[in-house]
Amino acid sequence: MTSVMVSLRGVDKVFPRRKGASTVALEGIDLEIRAGDFVSLLGPSGCGKSTLLRIVGDLLEPTAGTVTVNGKSPSRARHDRDYGMVFQQATLLEWRRVLGNVALPLEVTGMAEPQRSERAREMLKLVELVEFADHYPWQLSGGMQQRVAIARALTLEPSLLLMDEPFGALDEMTRERMQMELMRIWQETQTTVLFVTHSIPEAVFLSTQVVVMTPRPGRVAGIVDIDLPQPRVFETREETKYFDKLVEVREVLRAEEE
Amino acid sequence: MGGLYRFIPLMVVAAPPISFSNRWLRSMVGFGVVLLVLAGLWEGYKLLGRTDLPLPVRADNRSMPHLWDIVRSIFEPARRGSEETLGWVLTKASLVTFREAVAGFLAGSVIGLGLGLLFVRSPLAERGLMPWVVASQTIPLLAIAPMVVLWAGKYRLPLWIPIAALAAFLSFFPVTVNTIRGLRSPSPTSAELFRSIAASPSQEFRKLRIPAAFPYLFTALKVAAGASVVGTIVGELPSGLPDGLGRQLLTFSYYYSSGPEKLYAAVLFAVLLGLTFVAVVALIERLVIPPTRRVAQ
Repeated sequence: MTSVMVSLRGVDKVFPRRKGASTVALEGIDLEIRAGDFVSLLGPSGCGKSTLLRIVGDLLEPTAGTVTVNGKSPSRARHDRDYGMVFQQATLLEWRRVLGNVALPLEVTGMAEPQRSERAREMLKLVELVEFADHYPWQLSGGMQQRVAIARALTLEPSLLLMDEPFGALDEMTRERMQMELMRIWQETQTTVLFVTHSIPEAVFLSTQVVVMTPRPGRVAGIVDIDLPQPRVFETREETKYFDKLVEVREVLRAEEE
Repeated sequence: MGGLYRFIPLMVVAAPPISFSNRWLRSMVGFGVVLLVLAGLWEGYKLLGRTDLPLPVRADNRSMPHLWDIVRSIFEPARRGSEETLGWVLTKASLVTFREAVAGFLAGSVIGLGLGLLFVRSPLAERGLMPWVVASQTIPLLAIAPMVVLWAGKYRLPLWIPIAALAAFLSFFPVTVNTIRGLRSPSPTSAELFRSIAASPSQEFRKLRIPAAFPYLFTALKVAAGASVVGTIVGELPSGLPDGLGRQLLTFSYYYSSGPEKLYAAVLFAVLLGLTFVAVVALIERLVIPPTRRVAQ
């Protein structure tokens, strides 16, 4: 089954500025994301990748073009709670314990108490933090906080997980651990992931497809299929094919610069 | 910073954070040290007064009584031929003032909170009214106090009402300003998070903005508590209310030349009253907000 999860047709995004000037953040974006895929939006800062993610997630309206998610409008999809979002900052509520943070989306949907905590605890098991349920966010490391944020994003079993540079604030070692963790979670939940990053190795290691974007205005420079074997493991980064894919992505980026 | 941050869980397990009593002890010691330094400066300045140095403020016993004279006066009769010590008189006066201040503080906090909520909900109201709110704080309290007391007298209201109103007038402002700041403190990303899970505006308000505003609100309430004592005393001056601290301050300033230490003692009680009120609010804050969040501001 290769149904389409996200479809973008001729999407433009223009941000008005003062004195009538405007910034073209995105221009003519056509993109299809298959259900179950892990797709990275890769590009330098200012290429509109976060803007594109927010348009898919109905946090921003496109200036032109059409977007469908699960065959619905993004607004419909958001109200059906098809999305889980993870940001660069964990954005945990500091006055809530870890369990309360993970349970927040369930609370918003009105799920009653014993089930709510049970479900939140399950999600904490998924990210292997169940023993930290009663901790406050400040008691956790940056990587652990981000795992809590991932658990929170997955509590409503979203069909689409939107991740905006989720590991951007972590050190390299933690980052690689988190990538492995995310691969495991993705395998277990079978959700579709749209992942924004400016790290080429990260995009290649994680994705089934890398969408390379270039700035001013933000456009899709090329799409690289990453057909490395699944599941991705520690040794994946040592395979020749992994290096080939790094080179391939890098060349798409460079071709655009010239 | 990231590196340090990752050690925090370890530290929590290895060494418990400084306990409540320990921290309390430390702040008390700090308070005592500052008190000693201030006392030393006061008496030191008086020593300088014995030399021929030209001093900006005179240091004789009438301008600056010895600290021990001030303290002793508290335990002596307030008036000649009276049994009551000055300390007891001032304690009774402080309690009267405290009650008025609490009434003013509560009224001011409710008004301040209401205005803050209104301004956050309605930018139009904020643009239109905020300048007036700011302007209100530049009105000299001393000038309007007699008017407010007069108006209240016209409607035969009990005396404490105009006094509490003046306290409220001083204390609502910090609450308004900090309510607005607090409710707007969540990051844009937090707002995006709530939007992404299709939370209703009222859910976002209750589960994000109000809890985020709490530390700001308590900072404001502590300022308001101090301000309400000031407002009460200023309100008492023209009211003719015979029992409050304001009246005592007024009386002792009339008889300053015959007993300057009594005025200083009354000032000391006013300061202690303000401190106590702020400490009570701080105690409530401790009970309401988990320890890690009090660092805000």
